[in-house]
Amino acid sequence: MQIINDLSKLEEGKHAFVLDICSSDSMRRRLQDLGLIKGTEVLCVQTSPLGDPAAYLIRGAVIALRHEDSSCVQIQCCEV
Amino acid sequence: MGLSKDSMGLKAVDLGFVIKKAHDSDRVITLGGNPNVGKSTVFNELTGLRQHTGNWPGKTVVSVQGNCTYDNTGYVIVDLPGCYSLMAHSTEEEVARDFICFGSADAVIIVCDATCLERSMNLVLQTVEITQNVIVCVNLMDEAKKKKIKIDLQAISKKLGVPVIGTAARSKEGLDDLMDAVAQTIRDSNKSPVQIQYPDYIEVAISDLEPYIKEICEGVMDSRWLSVMLLHGDQDMHGFIEQNLKNNNLTNESIKQTLDEIKKEFTSQGITERQIKDDIVSAIVHTAEEICKDTVILENKNYKNKDSKIDRILTGKWTAFPIMILALLGVFWLTITGANYPSQVISDFLFWIEDQLLIFFKWINTPQFLYEMLVLGVYRVLAWVVSVMLPPMAIFFPLFTLLEDVGFLPRIAFNLDKCFKKCCACGKQALTMCMGFGCNAAGVIGCRIIDSPRERLIAIITNSFVPCNGRYPTLIAIISMFFAGTAGGGTSILSAALLTAVIMLGVFMTFAASKFLSKTVLKGVPSSFSLELPPYRKPQIGKVIIRSVFDRTLFVLGRAVVVAAPTGLVIWIMANVHLGDMTILAHCSGFLDPFARLIGLDGVILLAFILGFPANEIVIPIIIMAYMAKGNILELDNLSVLKQLLVDNGWTWITAISVMLFSLMHWPCSTTLLTIKKETQSLKWTAISVLIPTVMGIGACFVFTTVSRLISGI
Repeated sequence: MQIINDLSKLEEGKHAFVLDICSSDSMRRRLQDLGLIKGTEVLCVQTSPLGDPAAYLIRGAVIALRHEDSSCVQIQCCEV
Repeated sequence: MGLSKDSMGLKAVDLGFVIKKAHDSDRVITLGGNPNVGKSTVFNELTGLRQHTGNWPGKTVVSVQGNCTYDNTGYVIVDLPGCYSLMAHSTEEEVARDFICFGSADAVIIVCDATCLERSMNLVLQTVEITQNVIVCVNLMDEAKKKKIKIDLQAISKKLGVPVIGTAARSKEGLDDLMDAVAQTIRDSNKSPVQIQYPDYIEVAISDLEPYIKEICEGVMDSRWLSVMLLHGDQDMHGFIEQNLKNNNLTNESIKQTLDEIKKEFTSQGITERQIKDDIVSAIVHTAEEICKDTVILENKNYKNKDSKIDRILTGKWTAFPIMILALLGVFWLTITGANYPSQVISDFLFWIEDQLLIFFKWINTPQFLYEMLVLGVYRVLAWVVSVMLPPMAIFFPLFTLLEDVGFLPRIAFNLDKCFKKCCACGKQALTMCMGFGCNAAGVIGCRIIDSPRERLIAIITNSFVPCNGRYPTLIAIISMFFAGTAGGGTSILSAALLTAVIMLGVFMTFAASKFLSKTVLKGVPSSFSLELPPYRKPQIGKVIIRSVFDRTLFVLGRAVVVAAPTGLVIWIMANVHLGDMTILAHCSGFLDPFARLIGLDGVILLAFILGFPANEIVIPIIIMAYMAKGNILELDNLSVLKQLLVDNGWTWITAISVMLFSLMHWPCSTTLLTIKKETQSLKWTAISVLIPTVMGIGACFVFTTVSRLISGI
């Protein structure tokens, strides 16, 4: 089953692939610098104790993103 | 924390583009890399300097330079702030890009993280596009080995077309090879580094544009890279062409024309500017992917498991906050318990010297006023500062550095981010707050890691709400005297708990002030935020202890002593020179007294805080001297005598708490203010940085005093 969703809805421990980044210019560039482009695999590693931000494994590095920012990233969840 | 002799810039100086060569023949090497890949460690090991290191991204916020000699050649090494890209999105990236483009470096070393090589490769590829003289330093090979990551350096070097050297800078492995490669690269002019293949439509545009660009930048800059940058829509580049390259108006015009034609063509094909940018970035990322495929082998696919297990506890829903508080409590408990005994020994010793000094001066027939001024004025303040400050700092700094080295600080930022977001501030403010624990001035400089100017200002203005180590001695002394008792083992736990509570109040006030600022003078919504959580690293305990004692503790202590000595003199004069029937000190404190009483202090205490402006460490010594000048000559060899002195001068528990509140919240010290002025370039924000904590401190003291006086009837 393949679901199209945004990154903020990715559950802890789940993988997904990036479809598109709809963030504003500066955040788009920053995410791209981290190697987050169309087709990149992302894993949600951990949510912070207050529920936001969440940490994602992107190309071997763990990056924390706030809900507002991760919700601009369209993803396609992997089959379970 | 970041405060040491070197990071304060006494040895390694932030000179921007001015490169200081020891000899004209010196070669210039630029050191670049992603944040937190051990660049500073490589820099330190190569130059022998002691630039601050720690396991969190963004501690190096200024470019520093140092010298070294290898194989009879002198080198100037310039350490750039860490960055992920040279596309110049932030100030650090602009600095890095400008330096690599125009810094006239003979070679560029890009330091990479072996445990995260693919990501680092992005920057390598961008650098290789600009200059051929690139050496890739794959650092943290020891960590990679532990995580069973196998890296075929030779294969990567072949694919990249530039030397790739594996290092473990912390244990000095591979640095000789690195310098060999640097020397080789500078000598060798025939290189053919990898070229990034862009999508066809971009390649066509490049070939249209490049001939014109070649005309003006031949031999100065890579024409292909400049073409790509122009297509990428980098506005800065037009400025650069006009300023830095051979000024040829005809060519500049043709470049603009060609660009316009290309853009028209793209528009007619339905290619948006955004797509061009995306395709350029993707081409680089895919090339990086290609280079690391087959050359980086993860033998243990689950190497992240250990880290995520630790993270699940340190940032877990139920465990994160108790652990942060316990860590703080633990650090303070160890500091207070550990410092008790040596403090006593040092103070006994120093006051024994005081007696000897007095005997000596009497023996050589020094006039009474002179030796009293020197011994009871200057020396006594010095002795207090040393015996009270040295032991806690010698324990606190290493402990804190350990937490920093392990990688705990970014987790604190991760845990606290939501609170900062609610205050419309940046989560990285937690990192600058932690640096403030060491020294507020260092914390203010550290605010450069925050990209949004609005959020950076908030972090700068609120930094002094966390007490720096200059204020701990005051807090600890008052807590032990008035609330935890001065003897016995169980009391130090109580002291630590009270101190933790004070710190938490400081953190809470930081939130309150941040929120206030974002609702008033610094209105705005939180900007986007990304923070890397680095892998945990095992700290090198021995090194940490030596570094933090010698580089930080002694430096901070030295500064305190330098300030304390002349202040001691001034206080002694104020306390002993009479104007009319009262001393100058009594005049001043009498003047301040009515107001000070309102906020639970007295004139002497408020005067001490004002005179303590150059360094907060000397607030308590000033209070003591002022009280003692009233006639009671005391041997101040332990805290219970000191408590008696304070109580005799009218101190109650209300005074004690008011002093602690005021110590937590008042104007920042002079060093911090100068730093704020320098960082904000504005008197207005410097003034606000004074006003906000002062007004909040006076308000808190007033409310507390009034309420508790009503309740207790004192």
